[in-house]
Amino acid sequence: MDLSFVILVEMLYAIATLVLISAGLAVVFGMMKVINLAHGEFMMMGGYATITAVGLGVNVFVAMLIIAPIVVGLIGLVVERLVIRHLYGRLVDTMLATWGLSLVFIGLATMIFGNTTTGISTPISGFAVGRYQINGYNFFIIVVAIVLVIAMLAVLKGTRLGLIARGTMQRSEMAAALGYSPDRIYMATFFCGSALSGLAGAILAPLVGLVPTSGGAYIAKAFITVIAGGPSLIAGLVSSATSFGVVSQVFTFAISPVIGDVALLIAAVVLLRAMPQGITSRFFRGKL
Amino acid sequence: MRRPAARDVAGILVASALLIAVMPMLIGTYTLTVLVIYGMLGLSLGLIWGFGGILCFGQAAFFGLGAYVYAISAVNIGESTLPMILAVLVTAGFAALLGAMMFYGRLGDVYLGVITLVVTLILFKFINTTAGPQYVIGKARLGGFNGIPGFQTLNVPGDPEAYIWGDQLFYVCAVALVIVVLLVTWLLRSSFGRIAVGIRENETRMALMGYDVAARKTVLFAVGAAIAGLAGALFANWAEIVTPNLFSLGQSAEIIIWCIVGGLGTRLGPIVGAAGLAYLKFMLGQQSMIDNTLIMGLVLVLFVLFLPRGLVPAVASLWRASVGRGTRRRPSRHRRLRHG
Amino acid sequence: MAETVLETAGLTMRFGGVTASDNVDFKLRTRELRCLIGPNGAGKSTFFKCVTGLLTPSDGHVFMRGQEVTGWHPHQVAALGVGIKTQTPNVLDALSVHENIWLAARRFFDPAEAGARTDEMIDRLALGPIARAELGQLAHGERQRVELGLVAVADPWLVLLDEPAAGMSAEDVERMTAIIHDMTRNAAVVIVEHDMQFIRSIAETVTVFHQGAVLMEDHVDRVMSDETVRRVYLGKKA
Repeated sequence: MDLSFVILVEMLYAIATLVLISAGLAVVFGMMKVINLAHGEFMMMGGYATITAVGLGVNVFVAMLIIAPIVVGLIGLVVERLVIRHLYGRLVDTMLATWGLSLVFIGLATMIFGNTTTGISTPISGFAVGRYQINGYNFFIIVVAIVLVIAMLAVLKGTRLGLIARGTMQRSEMAAALGYSPDRIYMATFFCGSALSGLAGAILAPLVGLVPTSGGAYIAKAFITVIAGGPSLIAGLVSSATSFGVVSQVFTFAISPVIGDVALLIAAVVLLRAMPQGITSRFFRGKL
Repeated sequence: MRRPAARDVAGILVASALLIAVMPMLIGTYTLTVLVIYGMLGLSLGLIWGFGGILCFGQAAFFGLGAYVYAISAVNIGESTLPMILAVLVTAGFAALLGAMMFYGRLGDVYLGVITLVVTLILFKFINTTAGPQYVIGKARLGGFNGIPGFQTLNVPGDPEAYIWGDQLFYVCAVALVIVVLLVTWLLRSSFGRIAVGIRENETRMALMGYDVAARKTVLFAVGAAIAGLAGALFANWAEIVTPNLFSLGQSAEIIIWCIVGGLGTRLGPIVGAAGLAYLKFMLGQQSMIDNTLIMGLVLVLFVLFLPRGLVPAVASLWRASVGRGTRRRPSRHRRLRHG
Repeated sequence: MAETVLETAGLTMRFGGVTASDNVDFKLRTRELRCLIGPNGAGKSTFFKCVTGLLTPSDGHVFMRGQEVTGWHPHQVAALGVGIKTQTPNVLDALSVHENIWLAARRFFDPAEAGARTDEMIDRLALGPIARAELGQLAHGERQRVELGLVAVADPWLVLLDEPAAGMSAEDVERMTAIIHDMTRNAAVVIVEHDMQFIRSIAETVTVFHQGAVLMEDHVDRVMSDETVRRVYLGKKA
């Protein structure tokens, strides 16, 4: 009984983590058809922003939930204006340029923070379920992921901004027809996407020792979650995060965490081979 | 490519003979050897990407695989000739399987990128976990993140005691590169190569002409991987150790940067890009003011933004513009290389 | 009775809830020239794509020279000796006219023979002066002509052309008509077309599509004067 509860929490936690690390990439890819390979480094910077802010005496939750997203969002804005803007419609070129950016950010972080592991302690303590110890912070991550998905749904469905966003997703000319400059919308989207990446990096920072190359651990998972999700932004994100989360946890419990990771990656390859356009090209069609 | 074959081959031979004679006077052969190996690795991606339109984010996987296959079989066999051959064949076979899965699945560019990237990561993660004593292939311990040291390095075929190292290894690698370049030249001039370029330009049209696009891309992919595998095996001989870092994403990124900087759609570009940037990195490694990774990243961003065709085509067209009159205008093959 | 080179039986293609091609039975005799007409969305192009293998039909069968080719890939269909030209120009932009046509010829002939046939085709299409030019730099009409050339050079026994006259000048159309007539000496030709002027000049038998199904099939003159056809198609245009 206790064990199954623990396993359930671990599953949800794995899914929530995937949702968190993929949300920023999903927004940018879904809206702009831009694959940001510097996404992992945006998360890494979110982590460093949090640690720096905490080091300066800011409350850890303020640092994670407010400061990190804003800082990384602003960095994203600069990146969009300087680089991405010139490459719209050139998918492969944006992938290459953002891969270059990811190296730039790794280099910058190494120069500023040094090539050493830094970290902060988890702000929520664990508790026991029967004979098992559960990390309380995992619950926080699950809650944040749920709130995030609901918030994204609410924004897309309920607000004027969401309407424009959905229009742009369907056809990029739509925004222009509605009287909004696509340029501005892309700018705003990239800001939001980057802020989400920063948020994810900040929230995961207490769980990992942060090094400048930390981003590499996230990018592949985020990348495959988004691609496997397919055309529907939120349904795709949740469905593919769920599939991969379950697969990786099953193998983690059965064998080892590394095999869990490998199983996730193999699942992704198989899934893409079976459904090259992603899960939501076959299921949940027409959902958001 | 319309130049007569004999002139092309003669040009390659003369230029490489000159370089092989002159370069050791400028740079130490130890460094030169690895530049030559990287040149071969760059060419392997340049072939499938520049002439086949296949964007592979995981060329490092084939490089690493070649190195590991060599190391493992060299430990077991205690001789280097068969391991060299195995390194090329196993890598090509692996790529053929992977390629068949992707190309018969008719996956688009982005998905190809994802899958090749993910496969690289799987190999990287897997090899990293093999530190325990239970991970053994024959007599070879995989060694996890520590890698495999102490395997038999290159020897004269048939005589395991006659090691080839130092200057000799450089000449072997340089000659291997020249042979690979000649083979690539022959391939690109053959019907197979011309059809591959056609597929790069327009897959649908080539299919409507009756060509089996998936099969041809799979073969080209395997050929590229075989070259990368050979480069990996030579690298193992140079470094005398193989580690999981050969499979890293950073390595894959670098191969792509070499191709972009040197110029896609040329044979020379990826080789020059690889050797040039690797040397630049080597020089930069001797200072600690600016981080190496930062510069590589910046180079990639700037080239994508300002010189997406790469150095070699740009220099070539400058050359033609200034010297030009007599030379026949060769069509520019570089505009639509990167679909998507 | 001449041999049937292309036949479909109950060919149906559904996209979600839309039936774009509805139970089409179609027969084409050897060396016949047939035009497929119909208003936009009548299912001509869907039918064309199902036959060429660009789409896999939801239901029904396609036969070529008696062999079932349903669900084959385009390259397999083409390898039988079927020449295909899609609606949007499909050429190899960064390659020369010569290389484009040579690649098409090379699929069926050895390199030397392919070279000879390429030169011959370039002469026949009066492409000599631009034989070494890149396709990307050519005008629309020239590109269409090259595409027709690379279809013809492989000596097909069945030719499928989707809107070959689209966007061409009168002079280009005239030249193309001659090329198509030339093809019918060896091949059966199916043309999907919008341009009524062009159809009148070239067609004998016409198949009219409407809402995915075949509305009628008859000699061009009778089709043009038919009341129903005028209403669904010509009437709309006027």
